[in-house]
Amino acid sequence: MAEFTLPANSKVGVGETYKAPTGAKNIKNFKVYRWTPEDGKNPRIDTYEVDLDTCGPMILDALIKIKNETDSSLTFRRSCREGVCGSCAMNIDGTNTLACTKYISDVKGDIKVYPLPHMPVVKDLVPDLTVPYAQLASIEPWLKSTTQPPTRERIQSPEERAKLDGLWECILCFCCSTSCPSYWWQGERYLGPAILLQAYRWLADSRDEAKGERLDNLEDPFRLYRCHTIMNCTKTCPKSLNPAKAIAEIKKMLVERTI
Amino acid sequence: MTDRRTPLARARGLGSAKDGLHHWWIQRLTAIALIPLVVWFAISLVMLSGADYPVVRAWIGSPLVMVLLILTVGVGLHHGQLGLQVVWEDYTEGALRVVLIVLTKFLAALFGLGAIVAVLRIGLGG
Repeated sequence: MAEFTLPANSKVGVGETYKAPTGAKNIKNFKVYRWTPEDGKNPRIDTYEVDLDTCGPMILDALIKIKNETDSSLTFRRSCREGVCGSCAMNIDGTNTLACTKYISDVKGDIKVYPLPHMPVVKDLVPDLTVPYAQLASIEPWLKSTTQPPTRERIQSPEERAKLDGLWECILCFCCSTSCPSYWWQGERYLGPAILLQAYRWLADSRDEAKGERLDNLEDPFRLYRCHTIMNCTKTCPKSLNPAKAIAEIKKMLVERTI
Repeated sequence: MTDRRTPLARARGLGSAKDGLHHWWIQRLTAIALIPLVVWFAISLVMLSGADYPVVRAWIGSPLVMVLLILTVGVGLHHGQLGLQVVWEDYTEGALRVVLIVLTKFLAALFGLGAIVAVLRIGLGG
């Protein structure tokens, strides 16, 4: 069900301000969403003054600097710090993106950092992604074939392989799914752009023999057809992929097999 | 009630409805059909502005106009109820969703049939 106001225990308050060391000249304010399940308090926005002269260029550099030098309780996921793992997906300056590939200099004024929208929060900037991970498992994202396996690789023509470009690069950061209003309102039943792009990745694979079964499982008013081509997914994707197009291709495939 | 289902059970839910393509496809077909129909209807209304009662009656009496009017109303209402169903599915849930979808379809059928009878009655001079 659509929710247009936050529940009372989710209303965000003003938190503490952590000053930069005296003498710092190049200060940027980071306004970071904080919430911890233990203290029973509402979420708050803490302000961290960061001296950019002693900080790396990316948002993730600043968050790591804050955690190392100012407030070790700040909690976030990160791993590869180069846009490959998808761990540090969060809402920065109003847009879902990867903290590791987003430049501090790209944001004018204070930098607001929130967890991915409309997901349950585990702590601070860490969202609970249990449901999208289970949805990924539900589309069975692996090659299905009943033909006797060949003695060597399963071959594809270069043209067939090219159809997977723009699909295999997805790192499952869920920036797209959590930017989608349809996914916000129907997240348990709508698969969302990230999962549907993965579903199309296997539908587009010439080696896969389960296209019909895959389409059967997707043809559903909620699983697939909640996509109303809002395009937030494509706009926000930090890897510049196009989930909206992948979803449109699935819809075209479903039409194709009836006419 | 505490949800003790596994995440995969939640994600799979009741399984695929194996439905939804027809709704989506007809929504697009009716949208395409409405482009010429609405343009024709708008131009006709402009042309008829200021016309008196007998002229409008005579216009509706033309078989082509009757067909196009019935098509405009029928296709328009069908498209409208398909679209409203999507709105209810997006923003409501449970019993309220069912009630709103059923009500929308019933009202669309009522208004549609009413309009068609009206066009026929005027056009055939009842």
